Formats: sequence, structure tokens, C-alpha cells
Amino acid sequence: MGVLFLVFLTVTWFLLYALPGDLIAQKFAGNPNIPPEARRIALERLGLDKPALIQFRDYLVNFFQGDLGVSFSQYPRPVIDIIAERLPRTVVLFLTATVVYYQAGFMAGKYLAWKRGRHSETLITVGGVGLHTVFMPWFALMLIWLFSVQLHVLPLSKFLDPVEWRDSPFIANQVFMRMFQVAAVALAALFLFKWVVSRRWFMVHVSKLSNHRWGSLLRFALRWGGYTLVVAGFFGYWYGTQTGQAMRGYAGDIAHHLILPVSTLTLVNFAGVMLLTRSSMLDTMREDFILTARAKGLSERVVRDRHAARTALLPIVTSLTLAVTTVIDGGVITETIFSWPGMGQILVSSVQSEDIPLAVGAFSFIGILALLGHFLVDILYGLLDPRIRVTEHG
Amino acid sequence: MARQTDMARQIDTVVNATDNQNSRRVRLRLSLLRRSVRSNWNIFRRNKMGIAGLVIIGFWGLMALTPSLFFATGLWSRGVYDPVTGLETDPPTRTMIMVERITDPRTEIDQRAVLLDNRIPSGLQLGDTFKLPLQPAPPDSRHWLGTDPLGRDVLSQLMHGARSSFFLGILAATVTVVIATLIGSIAAYYGGLLDAFLMRLADLLIMVPGLALLIVVGSVVTFQLWHLALIIGVLSGFGGTAVVMKSQALAVKVKPFIDAAKVAGGTGRHIVLYHIVPNVLPLSVLYMMFTVTAAIQSEAVLSFLGLMNVDTSWGLMIQLAHTQGYLLNAGEFWWLVFPAGLSVTLLAMAFFLVGRGLDEVINPRLRRPT
Repeated sequence: MGVLFLVFLTVTWFLLYALPGDLIAQKFAGNPNIPPEARRIALERLGLDKPALIQFRDYLVNFFQGDLGVSFSQYPRPVIDIIAERLPRTVVLFLTATVVYYQAGFMAGKYLAWKRGRHSETLITVGGVGLHTVFMPWFALMLIWLFSVQLHVLPLSKFLDPVEWRDSPFIANQVFMRMFQVAAVALAALFLFKWVVSRRWFMVHVSKLSNHRWGSLLRFALRWGGYTLVVAGFFGYWYGTQTGQAMRGYAGDIAHHLILPVSTLTLVNFAGVMLLTRSSMLDTMREDFILTARAKGLSERVVRDRHAARTALLPIVTSLTLAVTTVIDGGVITETIFSWPGMGQILVSSVQSEDIPLAVGAFSFIGILALLGHFLVDILYGLLDPRIRVTEHG
Repeated sequence: MARQTDMARQIDTVVNATDNQNSRRVRLRLSLLRRSVRSNWNIFRRNKMGIAGLVIIGFWGLMALTPSLFFATGLWSRGVYDPVTGLETDPPTRTMIMVERITDPRTEIDQRAVLLDNRIPSGLQLGDTFKLPLQPAPPDSRHWLGTDPLGRDVLSQLMHGARSSFFLGILAATVTVVIATLIGSIAAYYGGLLDAFLMRLADLLIMVPGLALLIVVGSVVTFQLWHLALIIGVLSGFGGTAVVMKSQALAVKVKPFIDAAKVAGGTGRHIVLYHIVPNVLPLSVLYMMFTVTAAIQSEAVLSFLGLMNVDTSWGLMIQLAHTQGYLLNAGEFWWLVFPAGLSVTLLAMAFFLVGRGLDEVINPRLRRPT
């Protein structure tokens, strides 16, 4: 990990600092009003008169001390400040989209493999391939056109509506972080509950009860009661607590702005997972154990969800490794089109305004995001596949 | 003398024999190839979506060739239909009547006058009529898909865009396949440190967000098409595709004919080039298709962001429509918005569909049970 990141930083540095040659000359070349004296001072101040390797060393040392230089386009602001402000927004966009598209794609793929050869399969596959290969900026703009210009239901772009925030007692990021925390707690609760329900010991205990007259009702209540509880808790926070009530309107505004970017990212990525799930399921369905499961008289749903889908999940998790970069790339486009003030948007805008320190900073942090994503996927894979779990005996 | 001619005849027959042998071998190879192509085609043919993809690719291929034909036959004149410098000098007009200015009370700007950006002749009285040239003009008999805001023919741009897309896609795919097949075969055959190094490199490249990287590099260089093709080819060739090729090459490496070649004294280079590479090539065709899809999309996105140095491309057309504000008015100016956007999607989709069809040919487990 660490080594990989070092290599990544090195490559970035060489790409950006070494290639353009004289940064200052490039920046001020068209400006005859800058006397050579001032240029020399600027070179010295930015440390560009030193040999390349020393510059590289300084850059690395500064990077790990959190000093990424000063942005050119937003002049006195340090790059790290801008990134600290933007990073959460990007992370939330990526996380939300990933969770949604992954779940949706997996379910759709399952369905598709099971309905092989029907007309609905062809239709969904063609739609899926279309979404997968759609020209993304155009697609995003068309969604804006449809939902914001024609139907007026969603905001055009940006992160919030400045008019509503004019006399807000909160800073945008404050509200945003709170939203993130609440959503994270709710999601964690949801997954915990799902995990408990899916455990065998839980099911065994409940099945004992299910012989009882009210057993099936009880199971139903347990399953959906938990979900309701989580949802109730989520809304309870925004409507019940004092901070929640105060922040609610602002949080709603941000959430409103979040819908379209997340759906774009979701729609485009969802198809990839769906198609992969389909082929992975088709692969699995030829296995003997599926035949065995059917022969045992298990219901189609159990065969599909418990036997086929569980096995088919592994290659899909592997594909998440590749998907990390796809989502990041898609995110860059989405953020640019929707003016969503995240890492991707600053990457593009800094590149367009030749703000090299900011571009390097943004790109490095996008690299960190990609690395972290891979790391998480690796862990997840270890949890899912018992064969590659690290054991005491090796 | 007689002996010499005899010898000459003998040599002649020997040469003839090897000639015959060679041509027989070639013929055998050809017939084998033909048979495998036919049987694979029969499998591929059953995949309707793959066929649809082929048809779409064929359609765009024709579209890419058409402008040369039109220019050569004089059907189109360079002045009007050139995708970059062409200009419709006689655009359709709309008759307007001068009415009282209606200004926005807050900003005191006549909004319609702003929209018509100085195209209203000065010195008009109330009630006067004047002709307003329409640019972008809607489709008519001379411009089947209308003209863009600069007065250029959309259809011609679309056709030329297809040309650059094909060029880029095929070049990128070729570079990818050449690199990936070689790297995969070498890593699989030699193994050891070389293999470890190449595969770590691949792991690293898989993690690089390609588009973000291209955007960053785009800040320093303005891309030509072939730069982009090379970068995509190298990224994917040393990265993900190489890993797949290696796993395939590993399966080939353990086949008995590799051992036979070794025993016969074949060098490593000979075995890699003549025994492993030909056997992993079919799989690489599949990845070619997916690379083409990726390349077409990357190019469109980079042109859209204004980081490419190309004459005409579909991304550029969308960019123009976007920056001039027609994109959010898609209902009214559909010919600026939909042809280019759909073209990128369709062509990328077509290559992807063909790739999926080939996937079924190569991977029998995906086929529909018969």
C-alpha cells in the first residue's frame, strides 16, 4: 500500500512538475510586465531554482506534513484547505452511489439470469448495455434537461441553494457532516440487522417459533419491524432532536441537490454490475450443487438467493476492484457536469485554469481514495471467500 | 554436363517438393482457419445483440467513408460542408416584426435582444419587419441534420467524427492487444522475477483512475488523437488486459505441445512468439472490443472538457452545444444535442455488444443451453 502510494506520488510529480519545464515561464510567459528580478524571486520562493531531485524530496516531505502548497487560482488559500472542504462531499457521493448501484445491479442481474431467454431479459440487457456505454456527460446533461428544465422537480446543479442559506446559522459542511453521520449510523444499523436476520442461529430460533400459529407472522414482523425501526430512528433524529430540527431544512436542501448526481452515477455504473452478475450467475447455475438444491425440493427463490447468488457473488466482488476506478472516473464527470464541489470538479477546474498545485493535490487525494477503495474491497473479499482467509497455520 | 542438368533437375524437384509442402501446409492452415471461423461464426450468429452491434459498426464505417465520396463527386462543396471551416452563407431566415422593447425591470436588459445577440439591424422603427438569419438552422434539404451555431453542417461533422472515433478506437485497441499479449505471454512463460515485476506493474496500473490521469496530463499536453490512443493502449495493455492474457497464457503453457517445442530445441522467444501468442490471440480480440469502447468514450469526454486537439469529434460537437447553451434547450435544438450524443453511445455500445457476443464464443459456459 505505502509503496504503491509512493510510486503513485512519484509518477504524478514527474508528470506534472517535470514535464512542463519552467512552470513560472509558462505562467508568466505572456506577461512582459514581470521584470526578471521578480521572476527570479518567484522562482526562489517556490523553490523552482533547485535541482529536480531536491524539489522532489521537498515535495514528498511537504506532502506528508500536509503542506501541498498554495492554490494559484484561489490564491492565498492553501491546497490542503480546499481539499479538506471538498473531500467529504466526494466521499459521500461515491459511497452513496456505490451502495445503491451495487445492490440494485446485483438484484437485477440475479433476476436477469433467472429469466434467461425471455423478452424482458433482452430488453433489460439492451438497456443495461446502453447505460453502461452511454456518453456520460451527455447523459447527465440530458437528465438535467429532463428533470430540472422540463419538469422543474430537481435543482439544476451545485451543492446548495445560496438564497436559502443566506442567513443560515450553520456552515454548509457542518450540516453535511451531520447528515453523513446520521446516514452512516442508520446504514450501519440496517446492515447489522440484516446480518442478524441472515444468521443461522437466529433463523433456527425463529423457526422453532414458526411452528406456532403466529410463527410466520412473527417472522414477517421481525423482518420488517427492524427496517421500520431504523427508518423511524432516522426521521426521529431530524424531527425529534433540537439540532435535527434546526438543520432539517438545510439538510433537505443538500439532499435535494444530491439526488440527481447520485442517480446519474448509479444508473451508469449499475449496468456493469448487472451484466457481470448475470454472467456469473449463468456460470454458477450450471454447477451440480444447484441441481442438487433443486432436487432437494427447495423453492426457486431459495435456490436463487441462497445457493446460486452467494457463489456468484465472488467474481462480482473482485470486479469491485476494477469498479473503484470506474466510479472515480464517473464521479469526476458527474461532479463536473453538476458543478458538485468535490474532488473531481476541482481536478477539472484546476486543470482548466492551469492551477498545478491544486491539480496535483486533487489527483493525489483521488489516488488515495482509489487505494483505500481497493483496500476495503480486499478486506471484503477475505470476509466473503473462506478460501483466501488468512489462517494461523498458513 | 548431363550430370549437372540432372542435379539441377533434382534440386528443382526438391524445391518443388518443399514448395508443395509449404503450399499444402498453408492450405491446411487456411482450411482449418476457415473451419474455425465458420463454426465460431455460427455460435456468434445466434447472439442477436452481437449481430446488431456488427450492423451498427458497419453503418458507422460506411458513414465514415461517405464524406470522401461526396467531396470527390462534387455533391458537397468544401466551402459549405467542410466539418471545420465550412460555412452555410445562405441560412434560412425567419421574418420578425420589431415590437417595443421589453426590459427586465431588475436588470434593465432586453432579454430577447440579448438572446438575438446583435443580429437585429439597427435603425428599425416599431412595426418594421426584418429577416433574421437562423444559425443554428433546423434540418432542411441541404443540411439533413441542420447546422451548428457556427453555420457548419452537422451531418458532415458527424461523419468526420465517426472517422476519428474509428481511427482512435482501432489504434488504441491494437496497441493494447499487442502489448497485453506480449506481456501476458512473457510473464506466463518465463515466470519468476520478471513475472512478479510485470504483474505488480499491472496491479498498479489497474488502480490508476484513467480518466482523472488523462485530465491531469491534459493540463500539460494538448492531446492529439494518437497520443490518447497510445496512453489508453499502454494503460490497459500493461494493466488489466495483461493480467487476463497472462492467465490465458498460463493455461496454454502447460499444454503438451509447448513441451514438445522445448524438446525440439525451440528458444524461449520462438515458443512465446509462435506457440503461446497465437493461442491467446483469440481472447485478445474480445478485449480489443472493450478497449475500443473505452477509447471512444475517453476521447469524447476529453473533447467535451476541451482538452483534446482534434478537428472534429463527437465530443467537440457536444461541447460546442453545451458552451453555447443549447444543451439545456434540447427540445428546441434537438439536432445539436441528440445526433452527437447518441452517436458516441451507439458506437461504443456496438463494440461492447460485439465483445459480449465474442465472449459467448470463447466462454462456452455463457452460451444458452441448446
